[in-house]
Amino acid sequence: MSVEQALPLLRVADLKCVFDVSRPLLNRILERQPRRWLKAVDGVSFTIDRGETFALVGESGCGKSTVARLVVGLYEPSAGSIAFDGQDVAKITSGTERQALRRRFQMIFQDPYASLNPRWRVERIVAEPIRVFGLMRDARKISERVAELLTQVGLSPADGSKYPHEFSGGQRQRICIARALANNPEFLVCDEPTSALDVSVQAQILNLMKDLQDALGLTYLFISHDLAVVRHMANRVGVMYLGRLVEIADSRTLFEDPLHPYTRMLLATIPDITMSGRRETTVTGEVPNPITPPSGCTFHPRCPLATERCRREAPELVPISANQLAACHAIGEGRSTQR
Amino acid sequence: MSQRPLAATGAHVHSSPAAEPPLLSVRKLRIEFPGRRGTLVAIDDVSFDVARGEILGMVGESGAGKSLTGAAIIGLLEPPGRIAGGEILLHGEPIHSLPPAAMREIRGRRIAMIFQDPLTSLNPLFTIGQQLTETILAHLDIGLQAARRRALDLLTEVGIPAPEQRIDHYPHQFSGGMRQRVVIALALCAAPELIIADEPTTALDVSVQAQIIALLRRLCREHRTAVILVTHDMGVIAETADRVAVMYAGRLAEIGPVREVVQHPRHPYTRGLMGSIPVLGADVHRLVQIDGAMPRLNAIPTGCAFHPRCKDAFERCRLERPDLMAAGPTRAACWLYPPSPNPEPTP
Amino acid sequence: MTTRTELHAEPPRASLLARLLDSDLFYSFTRSPVTVVAAIVTLVYITAALCAPLISPQNPFDPATLNLLEGFTPPMQPNEFTSKVFWLGTDAQGRDIFSAILYGSRVSLLVGFAAVGFAAVLGIGLGLLSGYVGGWVDAFIMRVADVQLSFPAILIALLIFGVFKGIVPPAMQDRVAIYVLIVAIGLSDWVQYARTVRSSTMAEKNKEYVQAARVIGVPAPLILVRHILPNVMGPVLVIATIGLALAIILESTLSFLGVGVPPTQPSLGTLIRVGQDFLFSGEWWIVMFPGAALLILALSVNLLGDWLRDALNPRLRG
Repeated sequence: MSVEQALPLLRVADLKCVFDVSRPLLNRILERQPRRWLKAVDGVSFTIDRGETFALVGESGCGKSTVARLVVGLYEPSAGSIAFDGQDVAKITSGTERQALRRRFQMIFQDPYASLNPRWRVERIVAEPIRVFGLMRDARKISERVAELLTQVGLSPADGSKYPHEFSGGQRQRICIARALANNPEFLVCDEPTSALDVSVQAQILNLMKDLQDALGLTYLFISHDLAVVRHMANRVGVMYLGRLVEIADSRTLFEDPLHPYTRMLLATIPDITMSGRRETTVTGEVPNPITPPSGCTFHPRCPLATERCRREAPELVPISANQLAACHAIGEGRSTQR
Repeated sequence: MSQRPLAATGAHVHSSPAAEPPLLSVRKLRIEFPGRRGTLVAIDDVSFDVARGEILGMVGESGAGKSLTGAAIIGLLEPPGRIAGGEILLHGEPIHSLPPAAMREIRGRRIAMIFQDPLTSLNPLFTIGQQLTETILAHLDIGLQAARRRALDLLTEVGIPAPEQRIDHYPHQFSGGMRQRVVIALALCAAPELIIADEPTTALDVSVQAQIIALLRRLCREHRTAVILVTHDMGVIAETADRVAVMYAGRLAEIGPVREVVQHPRHPYTRGLMGSIPVLGADVHRLVQIDGAMPRLNAIPTGCAFHPRCKDAFERCRLERPDLMAAGPTRAACWLYPPSPNPEPTP
Repeated sequence: MTTRTELHAEPPRASLLARLLDSDLFYSFTRSPVTVVAAIVTLVYITAALCAPLISPQNPFDPATLNLLEGFTPPMQPNEFTSKVFWLGTDAQGRDIFSAILYGSRVSLLVGFAAVGFAAVLGIGLGLLSGYVGGWVDAFIMRVADVQLSFPAILIALLIFGVFKGIVPPAMQDRVAIYVLIVAIGLSDWVQYARTVRSSTMAEKNKEYVQAARVIGVPAPLILVRHILPNVMGPVLVIATIGLALAIILESTLSFLGVGVPPTQPSLGTLIRVGQDFLFSGEWWIVMFPGAALLILALSVNLLGDWLRDALNPRLRG
């Protein structure tokens, strides 16, 4: 294996993103309130290898969508680094280099009703990346390429002359995928791509994404709150809770032998569709307000294994076995019961 | 179209005396939306029963008409939608054509509703105690002190910690899951016989979802309250319901005991729907996929509405609309299960 | 998931006109008789004003066509000297009121449209900037807007006019008065556009189609013009229609107060000002007909704006 192949396509190291959620200056002075910060992402590190699907999973407010937006440059990180193909994104200053980098990744969003400009025809929407990156100049070639892309995602080339409102949710998501493929990216960031869709449509889109991955060798960063979908799509999974990664493992290990108490709890919430009798892990509590997170390990108020140390000290994400990392004191102290 | 006897849709699961009518009976319900491009039929010939204390799951994709059916039962159809045919019977009494005042009497007291978004079902300007006691006083003939005591009991029952303090809090002081618990308490105020829960867990986080489902199931068992659980989430249905009704394009595709429908779906649509759900245990590369999309209401195909997407479709499916027909322990609207002269015994 | 069902039909591909006639907007238009009448009145009015030189009996601004003997002729009655009949009578100089209204409307409409255009361009530009950039740019623009809103529009227009009178030499004043009027009215009205566009922009910029454009590095000015602008124009159209009526009234008010267009090029407001001198001496028509004309124009345009707001509103859920 050559060195180039061994290099991960994306390396995220100690990524942090803090949002200022303070009231306006005047209100702060009048109400004597301090500035308030929301640590949306608090020290997240992971790597994604070429051709694999890495999923980030967690409940709302855990920061998984923020990570996705940091990776594609919609937000600026407060600290930490993002390296794409070995190249530190923050160190790129020239506009042309930045565009050259942007050409290599794309993003698919959650809401197919909001992610297409309602005033644009589909052909213009799909052709936008081609034009922005200057991949083709000739109008006829562009429209041929758009027709090819629409066919690739299971639509008809004639759909190009329609407006987004003429399509159903699933078809719109196909248009979004066609647009995302327009600049031949290597890496797709998918932020809850099917959570606004019905299950039968979700199956179509997930199948399409897998087919495209096989055909084009794409790498996915897949954000979802649906564990069953993640199990179906991902090779490796990172579980997030309140801005931190609590566990990373390859998909099979995570679902068969979860280590972190939060992962176990999440797994217990999956409805038992096969009705084969469910595991009894009690699910309690709710995600606390991320502006005022609990001290120490942020999961300790809901954790059955919490001790004094968990309340004081935040655990580090450390390797437990060859392909599993977890951030939990109980595991290190041997208090976690293997099942 | 065959004239089938109206009874017998219902509860072969729940053995009730044959003479007693079911708690709720929906008969050949038809809901229309008159519009400028002609009248759209949103619900077409839907019949089902709900027995006392039973949880009926109503599942389908967006636009299948499951929420509309719920809204019609409780008399909250939004104009221009209207009930154009059929009837809705509560204990054998028709309630679909009651004047608004009489319907208000039933709503809340005998049939309650739980909506998707707990924030919009609670008035932000009043404490939850005020809202609970007001609802209790409106429906039950008891004094203010007793009403407040009942409100406290209800809050305890739905699992709100420290109800004595929480009762005087405003909705915004509760988290999403706690708010939905309050909404459930609100629905239980007058001890209704039937609760229509429209996507009660969709707006909630997965870990909260599981808690709310468990709560709903426990309360209905304890109070013998029937529930129509409207949701797009087959997982929620599988965990909660006794029977499930699968809707497609404004029609019932299949109805039957939940275990049967989930494990051995008979209707090709239900089969596709179940197959398209990713399952933890199974390592499949591709999910089962139903091609195409549900038809729009102005372009519902002839015959069986599912036939253009159905792998098993044959000539009859294109021409003739199937009624619900016995298909093993469930009933499916599919010509794969034509009625035989000698009805097969159900296992 | 709601009880709302997808009700819209799949329209066949057709020409722009056919699509317009088939649109929900046109449908709601035909269903509202008041709106249809208002639209016809507005259309007739604008056409008549545009074609004033062709259809008016005389050119009221050409002193050579005026006959002082024909002064104060009542409507629909033959003049006692020349036996000429004037539909709406004449004023003191024998100027045909009907012609004066047609020509006056030209000035009023010109000022109205131009002022709305000026205010819209200014307001949309500042609103887009304010909503998209945010931060102190937004705070600054919006505070200026707040301050301006705390003055009545007429006061601002008067103020601008006062400044203009102070700096422009009197010889030039008549020639540029109309442009100053347009700017004065426009400046008094941009806040509305800016506020509306700003709030729409803030909603649109968080939508995923804008984020998709940002991911591929589309520069901010292009995002604003190509993506956001077309999607915030709906409410702007409503404000502009209602703003047209307001601008016409404001122009008339200014002209009535004597600070508007010069009397050699009278607008409806000037006609009303000139006419009110004669109201109590019995020549009611000199003020009444221009007043009625102004009322009808402003009312029709306003009704159109109201309908547009109602018709576009459910479609803004976007």
